Amino acid sequence: MKFLWLTVSLFFIFAHAVADDIDNIQYVVVADPYIEMHTGPGKGYPITHVVERDQEIGVMKRRTDWYKVRSSRGKEGWVSTEQLKLTLQPSGLPVDIPAPSLEEYRTHRWEVGVLGGDFDDSTSLTAYSSYTFSRHLSIEADITQIFGNSSDGWVVAANLTHTFVPQWRASPFFLLGTGIIHVESKSTLAEPDDSTEQVAIVGAGIKAYISERFLLRAEYKNYMVFSSKNDNEDVNEWKAGFAVFF
Amino acid sequence: MESRIRSIFLTMVRFSCCILMVISGTVAAQEADAPPQVIESQVERRDLNVGAIDTEDFELTGFVGLMSVEDFESSAVYGARLAYHISPAFFAEGSYGTTDVGSDAFERQTPGANTLSDRTLNYYDLSLGWNVLQGESFVGSTRAWNSVFYVIAGVGSTDFAGDDQFTANFGFGFKFLPTDSFSVRFDVRDYMFDLDVTGTDKTTHNMQMTLNLGWFF
Repeated sequence: MKFLWLTVSLFFIFAHAVADDIDNIQYVVVADPYIEMHTGPGKGYPITHVVERDQEIGVMKRRTDWYKVRSSRGKEGWVSTEQLKLTLQPSGLPVDIPAPSLEEYRTHRWEVGVLGGDFDDSTSLTAYSSYTFSRHLSIEADITQIFGNSSDGWVVAANLTHTFVPQWRASPFFLLGTGIIHVESKSTLAEPDDSTEQVAIVGAGIKAYISERFLLRAEYKNYMVFSSKNDNEDVNEWKAGFAVFF
Repeated sequence: MESRIRSIFLTMVRFSCCILMVISGTVAAQEADAPPQVIESQVERRDLNVGAIDTEDFELTGFVGLMSVEDFESSAVYGARLAYHISPAFFAEGSYGTTDVGSDAFERQTPGANTLSDRTLNYYDLSLGWNVLQGESFVGSTRAWNSVFYVIAGVGSTDFAGDDQFTANFGFGFKFLPTDSFSVRFDVRDYMFDLDVTGTDKTTHNMQMTLNLGWFF
């Protein structure tokens, strides 16, 4: 019975996917002498068909910078952005596709990345996501795991970042944030000393566009740990990594 | 007789000429009087909306395989991966896997001995893959599937023997694409982390071989 349900639901999922494909097809007309259709979304996949000038092709779906198209003869294949730009829209205008570039980097909204580095002499690993809501300002959330010799821990934080010159390829930024740090003693130690404290974060760093959708990020952060003990702790973190923007 | 036929013929020609002139005159008059076309044809001319094209840059993968944790017998590992295809050449992928490690030499030689209180090893990694060789592979003599050889490296964490350990991984894999939406791949990875379970604190190399089934969305 379970198997039957699975089969039925799988059938509907596929039927839906196929219906979607047909509904969403948009048509363009080849303007170059011909365009090449590859078997897969990449330059390395072999070319199996070409479509001549003035022939219509339907654009079905996209993977990275490649588009799956169907010719009027029913042949399917993948066409690169560069080639799809050599087609005409029904209005007769050339197809315009924004490619990931420095221009797009300057106006991007979302960023997701991974950084590694040193947190108070321990190895640290951070994943972050940021959203740029004005020319200079963005909010970001990050989660850091700390691998110490005698203790492990994690930090969850929210930061406000100010990018000084967003139009530059590489620009310095400044950040302010707050979050929670949790430190756990290793199981091998006799006296466990676990703690969860609030932290305030001040930091600065540099972001640089590399190419395509990649950017490089390096930063220094100073954590003020509001300890329940008498003294507030001061912790330094250096890290670098890369991110992808949308 | 001849002149009679000729006169009938000429009359017919004259008559048809007159009709033609009348018709063409009417048509010309109509053309001159015709108002400009108000209703345009109803053919829908939609321009390409790039945003409406279905993008399939994400790939969700489930895997099973073998993991050989150093000093322990190899054990079955399973888990899931989520990849984002950044460009035709690069993809970022996060993986999570779990295994119950086998016994070590000491445990095998000493009945009843137990090195570990918890045999479960969980890990995660965030890796960057590079599609080095894209092409087609023949499966049988008539069917060709798209395939790609990739190398991959990344960082992550391993939760084993009571500790979280920073873990670096690198490896390679071979991926088949039977359709544009599904992938089958074979992946070999070395997960490297420090371990002191056996008495000495050392960097261990933990080899993993997995069979993966992926779905693009």
